[in-house]
Amino acid sequence: MSFFTHFGRYLLLIKGMFTKPENAKMYWKEFMHQCNDIGIGSLGIVSIISVFIGAVSAVQTAYQLVSPIIPLTTIATIVRDTVILEFAPTLVCIVLAGVIGSKIASELGNMRVSEQIDALEIMGINTKAYLVMPKIAAALVTIPLLVVIAMVLGIWGGRMAGTASNILSADTFDKGLVMNFLPYNVTFALIKSYTFAFIISSIPAYYGYYVKGGALEIGKSSTKSVVVSCVMLLFADYVLSQLLLNPAT
Amino acid sequence: MIEFKNIEKAFGDNLVLKDVSHLMETGKCNLIIGTSGSGKTVLQKCLVGLFEPDKGEIIYDGISFTEMTQESRKQLRQQIGMLFQGSALFDSKTVEENVMFPLDMFTNQTHQEKLKRVNEVLNRVNLVDVNNKFPAEISGGMKKRVGIARAIVLNPKYLFCDEPNSGLDPQTSMVIDKLIYDITKEFNMTTVINTHDMNSVMEIGENILYMYQGQKEWSGNNKEIIFSDNQRLNDFIFASEFLKDAKDMRMLEARGKISNDRNMDEMLK
Repeated sequence: MSFFTHFGRYLLLIKGMFTKPENAKMYWKEFMHQCNDIGIGSLGIVSIISVFIGAVSAVQTAYQLVSPIIPLTTIATIVRDTVILEFAPTLVCIVLAGVIGSKIASELGNMRVSEQIDALEIMGINTKAYLVMPKIAAALVTIPLLVVIAMVLGIWGGRMAGTASNILSADTFDKGLVMNFLPYNVTFALIKSYTFAFIISSIPAYYGYYVKGGALEIGKSSTKSVVVSCVMLLFADYVLSQLLLNPAT
Repeated sequence: MIEFKNIEKAFGDNLVLKDVSHLMETGKCNLIIGTSGSGKTVLQKCLVGLFEPDKGEIIYDGISFTEMTQESRKQLRQQIGMLFQGSALFDSKTVEENVMFPLDMFTNQTHQEKLKRVNEVLNRVNLVDVNNKFPAEISGGMKKRVGIARAIVLNPKYLFCDEPNSGLDPQTSMVIDKLIYDITKEFNMTTVINTHDMNSVMEIGENILYMYQGQKEWSGNNKEIIFSDNQRLNDFIFASEFLKDAKDMRMLEARGKISNDRNMDEMLK
């Protein structure tokens, strides 16, 4: 199947989600269920990754800043900006593409091959709206929140590693943290996280919803959905950086 | 009553249904039979709207299904119940939640009212003490019965069953057949069943459509099928030596009994 066929079907899937719900209460229930699965379910892994990313970036920045004329506060500034601009939104979303993406693709794929989607269609339910939309909406709500949590935990991890290894004191770190702070960086990170949330929920939903075959095909489509999501996420990362951060544009 | 006229359906160059027409009667078990690949599942999926036929018309009680808007189809589908080959129960929901799902989605009843209705239909399919079990915790026959309970919970006018006996032992198959038959009579539904099961054909086949390579080859009922001289149908129905012998015995039995039954005598000639 060509790229254009996939892209056309993907657009039709997205378009098909926007219909009047058969029962708004049931859609809300499904949305809250997905928020729990995607948000609360991923909180543990996001927390662990963020703390270690922050800690490693603090230690590695200190390792590279060998000149005595560069103040130690620079370490905190670099940790803050790398965590906010890149590590929290991009790395966390790449991990979430694996965690959430494979879950969405395999869940919908299993529902497709075991005829559960057909059963819902026969009942007169718009399955694109009932099964796909709550997942995308839940990702759009919870992933930016997870990214904000990742920012906070990443910076805290850097502070903890910096002070624990005697690279710099907590006061110096805090001083560096507020130096030359640009609130726009947080806005940029949130724009990225909304874009990534859409990518890592809608692409696996597409691959899961249209799966054909059996258990083997579900596994293949789940893997493919994660690979395509990651590539699209990195491509979107580059495009957004060019559009929103490049001083020449 | 469901009538379909001149239905054609192709997948690429492969013409799966070729000019199929038939009438599925109300209050009867209407069977679609045929070998694997004969097009019976595609035909049933066309009837419920999961596939769009390339040509032809499907009419539900005088209303053209093929010409309906999506919104009208959604309304009609609330009058359709379907039992799938693999039951298609929602894995993450309990038996009670599975059966309650259509009520949750399409009614404004209170939880108590819905629970009462769920217990009614579960009792009707002879299932007790399974409300809180998950589909993975019950047997294949019980899953089929939960599937039937879910299909009839909204009192549908039309019931579709895709291979209701697949994977079941003969005794459980007969229980499921009897249940579908009784429910059809009780609620005066138009029931359409896809099957290869010869017991079902003989027990509940009140209106049978035999498909061969995407075409209607024969139609009749379970009494007429014994005396049919259609070779393809006979090869399909009486595939084993045992069944051929059983047919011969039935024919002889019928000959003995038909001395004062002219119609049957004429059929045998």
